[in-house]
Amino acid sequence: MNSLKIDPTNGACGAIFIAFGAFFAIQSFGLDIGTTFRMGPGYFPLVLAGILIVLGVVIVIQATRVAGEPIGAIAWRGALFILPAPIFFGLTVRGLGFVPALFLTCLIAAFASHRMKPAAALILAAAVTIFSVAVFSYALGLPFRRFGPWIGF
Amino acid sequence: MDLLDNLALGFSTASTIWNLGFCLIGVLLGTLIGVLPGIGATATIAMLLPLTFQIGDPVSSLIMLAGIYYGAQYGGSTTAILINMPGESSSAVTAIDGYQMARKGRAGAALAIAAIGSFFAGTVSTFLVAIFAPPLTAIALEFGAAEYFSLMIVGLVSAIALAHGSVVKALAMVVLGLLLGLVGTDVISGSPRFTLGIREYADGLNFVAVAVGVFGVAEILRNLENERTREVLMAKVSGLLPTREDFRAMAAPIVRGTAIGSILGILPGGGAILAAFASYTVEKRVSKNPEEFGKGAVAGVAGPESANNAGAQTSFIPMLTLGIPANPVMALMIGAMIIQGIVPGPNVASEQPALFWGIIASMWIGNLMLIVLNLPLIGLWVKLLTVPYYVLFPIIMAFCSIGVYSVNSNVFDLYAVALFGLLGYILTKLRCEPAPLLLGFVLGPLLEENLRRAMILSRGDPTTFITRPLSAALLAIAVAVLVVVLLPSVRKKRDEVFVEEEA
Repeated sequence: MNSLKIDPTNGACGAIFIAFGAFFAIQSFGLDIGTTFRMGPGYFPLVLAGILIVLGVVIVIQATRVAGEPIGAIAWRGALFILPAPIFFGLTVRGLGFVPALFLTCLIAAFASHRMKPAAALILAAAVTIFSVAVFSYALGLPFRRFGPWIGF
Repeated sequence: MDLLDNLALGFSTASTIWNLGFCLIGVLLGTLIGVLPGIGATATIAMLLPLTFQIGDPVSSLIMLAGIYYGAQYGGSTTAILINMPGESSSAVTAIDGYQMARKGRAGAALAIAAIGSFFAGTVSTFLVAIFAPPLTAIALEFGAAEYFSLMIVGLVSAIALAHGSVVKALAMVVLGLLLGLVGTDVISGSPRFTLGIREYADGLNFVAVAVGVFGVAEILRNLENERTREVLMAKVSGLLPTREDFRAMAAPIVRGTAIGSILGILPGGGAILAAFASYTVEKRVSKNPEEFGKGAVAGVAGPESANNAGAQTSFIPMLTLGIPANPVMALMIGAMIIQGIVPGPNVASEQPALFWGIIASMWIGNLMLIVLNLPLIGLWVKLLTVPYYVLFPIIMAFCSIGVYSVNSNVFDLYAVALFGLLGYILTKLRCEPAPLLLGFVLGPLLEENLRRAMILSRGDPTTFITRPLSAALLAIAVAVLVVVLLPSVRKKRDEVFVEEEA
């Protein structure tokens, strides 16, 4: 028995599905389950969560049998800069206003590539901001405040 | 004749200056982003989706969205031919022989063949949609809750069958998608579900945010894994016109490709990809000199390109008549309809004839625009290929942020983009396809609603799904598909097909 050997890719994959299934199952128990005749809001999600957990277990079991391919390179730097970009935009678009929030969002995203030079990033962010303000704010008339209360205009 | 009246209505709707303009913008934008390597049609549409909501009129915005779809597909083939990097799995086949033609200095001819094949296929399949949509709609109107439930099961199962890699993983992705689709207020009881107490998610997770995250952001991250310079076959794209021999060599494959694509496109779950592969296999088999394939055979470009375009068009049939998406792009279209306040399903044809026929007519107009505009514009698209990726993705991120925020002015949608970008990336790394998740997400609420309604109608008797003949037949199809996919021999063959595709 070499049951200790688990293919990391599929093992992690199964674990994620089991975790999601468990989350939805626990949450569903807090809702009215109902009967098959009159299903409550918790019925269908509970069934699905159960299926998801079973599938996750199947994937984990498969992971002990066959070794899959390695995961490969991971875009750490990309994830570190790309993912915060929309969050930053969300946090600042009301306070700072559309123009500065967009400029900084674009700047943050630009640093996700190690090829981007700081000066080029600044120019790019400025160009995107000018273009977007012209198109979205002036031409399409989206109701964004260009400069927000934090800046004091 | 009804058909002609309907088509006339469609063309008069689609050919107002306003709608022609949106169709043109859609086609151009779609091609523009479709050409950029590393961004496929689904990601393109996901990212441009919010833009279409700025147009108040649902007809115009759906026409534009459809235009983006053909444009992106077309752009994808251009990239496949010129740099051997398919933006989309359906143009992976085109890359095989198209790139070889380009290396022999016949890039122009390859592009023209792809365009002509696509146009022919587009014309034929537009008529097929017009002919087959109304009778299907009539059948669909007879559907009760149980039939709808079973039909959606068929759709979801087929999506699993056509996804890459492990069937169990694809199944798990569908289920996860269904669960995520249920987040928000329960329609029947009004109680909030799975919102973690965040009031902003009471209306459910924003569809645009999920799509942009899972497809757009995850795809950017994947491209950032190993940044390398692309080799663009730039020399010069000249000699656009195919020679007389080319025309002779492409005629039959185009017709066959169109037929294959039209049939397979209707299948739920990504018929266009399957169609391109099937067409390539058929052409290789019927060819007098199969050894030419892989070395720049004209038939190897003409057949699959026609097939994937025909399939792309006929995949509108289940979407327009039943409200069931055949592929992730159709799922996006359905999401767009819902946001525009249209309930997708068989009633669209009778309640919104102008929308229904307008979209059908605009498909043909969009294809015409593509062939007229893009052949002269090829030089421009080629230039676009030289723009480095690290300049592109910050721009994409900025536009995605604006776009997602503009839908509801809800900052929590932006957080969802980051969250689903991360989830999408992790799951892709773990070899799970995002497409089944998105299909599940769109169908989740519909599936639950119909299940609950069916159970109420049958007074809690679950046998209703197998005692109603139509529903039983649909479920039998779903089971058959699942069994076939799980059969060891089919599984092996399926793995081979996908391995070939990735090679």
